[in-house]
Amino acid sequence: MIMKSLPRMAIDGDAVLKEAVCRIGQASHVSQPARRDFLRRSLTLGGLAMLTGCTLVDEASVDKALSRVSRMNDDVQGWLFDPTRLAPTYPESMITRPFPFNAYYGEDEVREVEESSYRLEVTGMVADKRKWALAELRAMPQIDQVTRHICVEGWSAIGKWGGVPFGSFLRRVGADLSAKYVGFKCADDYFTSIDMPTALHPQTVLALTYDGQPLPPKYGFPMKLRMPTKLGYKNPKHIQAIFVTNTYPGGYWEDQGYNWFGGS
Amino acid sequence: MNTQSPIVHPAWLRTMHWVNAIAVVVLVMSGWRIYNATAFLGFAIPKGATLGGWLGGALQWHFAAMWVLAANGILYLAFNLATGRMLRKFFPLSLQALLDDLLAALRGKLLHADPQHYNMVQRMAYLFVMLDTAVLLLSGLVLWKSVQFALLRELMGGYETARRVHFFAMATLTAFATIHLAMVALVPRTLLHMVRGR
Repeated sequence: MIMKSLPRMAIDGDAVLKEAVCRIGQASHVSQPARRDFLRRSLTLGGLAMLTGCTLVDEASVDKALSRVSRMNDDVQGWLFDPTRLAPTYPESMITRPFPFNAYYGEDEVREVEESSYRLEVTGMVADKRKWALAELRAMPQIDQVTRHICVEGWSAIGKWGGVPFGSFLRRVGADLSAKYVGFKCADDYFTSIDMPTALHPQTVLALTYDGQPLPPKYGFPMKLRMPTKLGYKNPKHIQAIFVTNTYPGGYWEDQGYNWFGGS
Repeated sequence: MNTQSPIVHPAWLRTMHWVNAIAVVVLVMSGWRIYNATAFLGFAIPKGATLGGWLGGALQWHFAAMWVLAANGILYLAFNLATGRMLRKFFPLSLQALLDDLLAALRGKLLHADPQHYNMVQRMAYLFVMLDTAVLLLSGLVLWKSVQFALLRELMGGYETARRVHFFAMATLTAFATIHLAMVALVPRTLLHMVRGR
């Protein structure tokens, strides 16, 4: 489904490089017309090298280097993240209607979760590992907020989510708040994970409602983690299990190359 | 060759020019692939002209090359200011001289007689591209970290406006690069100056 390889053109990288080096060597002592000729050709060589992207270097090592930079960017973003800074909120009149559906599958494949048998699992570095029924979560104090959902694909939309502030849920289950990660496993086989400071951000909500109504299946029934400080793919829907850990859990898209921190 | 001719561009400038050129090519080509994911202006950029293969790959290139562009750009400004080159090469500016030079250029009579000296069109063009690059970096910062840089986001006119600012600043930079390359093709020794310094 995902194309990871870089575009390639059928040219012999070594031969091109050799020719270029040779011509550069000649350039310092050639006459005027030859020099122009060299310039014209070297421009073309440069153009070819740019078009092919990376035929002169090994693709696997480029991927590895880029992934390493991406992990370094995670650290920079964690360092930049100020947990007291809030994402902008909007009046209800600015809600995008209809709010777009988005997942790694089509809208006709949305998973239906049965409310009566549903129990949320909480595992890992938490004191209280009992399972939660939806009614128990609805009984906790709720907040709602109108925020902008920003998708990595280059669009954004404003929506209204309501539910339990995730920080108060984590405290309620006695999570180790010094742990590094909170991971999520979902009924649609999606999975992702976030950093603890974002989990405790005041706008991070275990959302049970959308626009005042119980979360409809297409927006992630029975619950979605809504974080206006993160890109859409970091906001898991249909959450079945939450775990607190110090072992990097990755994620569905993150494992394929999306940046793990993925937030603002 | 005449090795006695004076240095037109010092080594630090030439290095930064080529580092910048590589960073810009990577950023523009990966940016086109990122743009294609939604193509909010209604047209897609041909895939062959993009870098990264898919959105995730393009984003990795983009978020790696941005550090190169930013660090190199800051060093460039620092060196230019510290050595006095900025003042010497780009100032004073004159609108009248700009019009004269533009007309001369259109008549094909604009001379690059003294490579040490930038004509008014060059001064304005290079100052403009510095400004444009700054706009690209700042609007990119808003797209990347809109919550942390809230003031910058509002100055850009909000998140979605910042996206458009970023795109059009890229388009302007691409237009500059096209003209820049055309001028180099017309006056090829400027390329040698930028490679060898003289």
